[in-house]
Amino acid sequence: MSAMPGVVAVNTFREAVRDRVLYNLVFFALLMMGAAILVGQVSIGINRLVIVNLGLSAISVIGLVMAVFIGVGLIHKEIEKRTLYSLLARPVRRWEFLVGKYGGLLLTLVVNTSFMTVGLAAALYYVGRPFVRSDVTVLVAIYFILLELALVTAIALFFSCFSSPMLSTLFTLAIFVTGLFASDIRDFGALTNDRAMEAFTRALYYLVPNFHNFNAIAAAGHGDRIPLALVGENTLYAAVYATVVLVAGSVVFARRNLK
Amino acid sequence: MGTPAIEIENLTKDYPSGFWRKRMRRSLDHLSLRVEEGEVFGFLGPNGAGKTTTLKLLMRLIFPTEGTARILGRSIEEVAMHADIGYLPEQPYFYDHLTARELLDYYARFSGFGRAERNQRVARYLELVGLTAAAKVQLRKFSKGMLQRVGIAQAILHEPKVVFLDEPMSGLDPVGRREVRDVILDLKRQGRTVFFSTHILSDAEMLCDRVAVLVRGKLQGTGAPGEIVSINVQAMEIFFEMTDGRQLPQALAKQAAQTGDRYRLEVAEAELYASLDRLRETGARILSVTQVRPTLEDYFMQLVGREAAAPHAMEMVTR
Repeated sequence: MSAMPGVVAVNTFREAVRDRVLYNLVFFALLMMGAAILVGQVSIGINRLVIVNLGLSAISVIGLVMAVFIGVGLIHKEIEKRTLYSLLARPVRRWEFLVGKYGGLLLTLVVNTSFMTVGLAAALYYVGRPFVRSDVTVLVAIYFILLELALVTAIALFFSCFSSPMLSTLFTLAIFVTGLFASDIRDFGALTNDRAMEAFTRALYYLVPNFHNFNAIAAAGHGDRIPLALVGENTLYAAVYATVVLVAGSVVFARRNLK
Repeated sequence: MGTPAIEIENLTKDYPSGFWRKRMRRSLDHLSLRVEEGEVFGFLGPNGAGKTTTLKLLMRLIFPTEGTARILGRSIEEVAMHADIGYLPEQPYFYDHLTARELLDYYARFSGFGRAERNQRVARYLELVGLTAAAKVQLRKFSKGMLQRVGIAQAILHEPKVVFLDEPMSGLDPVGRREVRDVILDLKRQGRTVFFSTHILSDAEMLCDRVAVLVRGKLQGTGAPGEIVSINVQAMEIFFEMTDGRQLPQALAKQAAQTGDRYRLEVAEAELYASLDRLRETGARILSVTQVRPTLEDYFMQLVGREAAAPHAMEMVTR
């Protein structure tokens, strides 16, 4: 196994940290503190539900914003600033560089999400509720968010290999929104009684990643059990999909002229 | 003859231009070159000549439309070969969140050095380029000249056999230029091959074993700087002064340039002795006779002027 992606990943992570990307944690901490104080005063009996829903939604949105907006600029910035030139003159394959950049952003997202998880746990503790076994579902929901972010990052990076950050953002968000409503779109197609439309929406359903599968916020809020099989399926789905997207990105990037 | 350090065959690069109707603009036109091991090779040409395109092709940053290149006998597509080369891009820019030391350490990691080896090399090369005092300063605070120096350090810290430098003197003050010249000479002493592009001809004349001149993507000539410039040696230069208050005859006065009491007369080599006789007859005292050796700059300007006059030089190919 080549060590090159690891070297690139660590540098990408260091860049994110020094560019103050993790400052969003301050916002998250303030949000959690405010919510915990407010919820403690106004809601009786649903403290956990409100804090878990708010916390997980914030983790998801903040992670998504980071994955998209940092992801689409990862390759473009390197080409634009020509930092990539002296690197690719070394014995580094382009796919190794791409995988390194992906790994670096993923590491940033994992660290960021870990800190937010600690913040969420602190908020739950503050509202005076001891931790129970069913709280594990919150951790599973956070794991699903990370899988979702891993997929979104791969898609953003794929577009970053050949288009501008603005177009890459549009494409990535379009795929994310389509993926979020993939089932609804397929069902809509079935209702139209138009064979072409039905085939199109079904193809779309299978083509775009089904992000709805990664949403376990409601289950976590109510402390519902999440089947282990779903954890395995989602893990495999995200891993395979992200790998395919990264391979496609590597193929495109391998023949790109760096002007 | 052994394996050349660099061997380029018919390297050609077309870029698409235009929005709707794509036309191909030829940036490099069937370049063939051979650079021997241990040579300092200057790649000369005005802006837009195709020097950076050539270097980018060799570094596999862009891909050729036609042609091939080999470095140390191995294809440029062979990734492992790149462990033996170093590259300084034109106007380099590096990760500005890193310090100079961290940047060099980062590049050293790609060569697989252990921590102790990396620390030792980073310190040595920071000292070589005069950046020891700025080792812990983030690159975002570096001047253009300092970036150039750290760029040179990253290009050579893994002690590559062939070093490619794209305009290494660019952005440097006279002291910096002198230091870079010393680095290049030092690399030569170590037996390394240095291929550098420049449009500062005095540097090329001073440093290079051989040079190639590229104008509008086409190779105009290759050879030792002395060889190249001696192609056109024809003129002789006579310095003289008039004695006993005599006046220079009208015919000669039109040809000679006067500076104070002295005159300078440039004549063809074949006419030298006849001209000397005429001057002696008029009572002139000959101060010196020297061969007029055109500089590399004269040759360069002559080529650039000739190419500029030829509109077909930039070939447009419709695809």
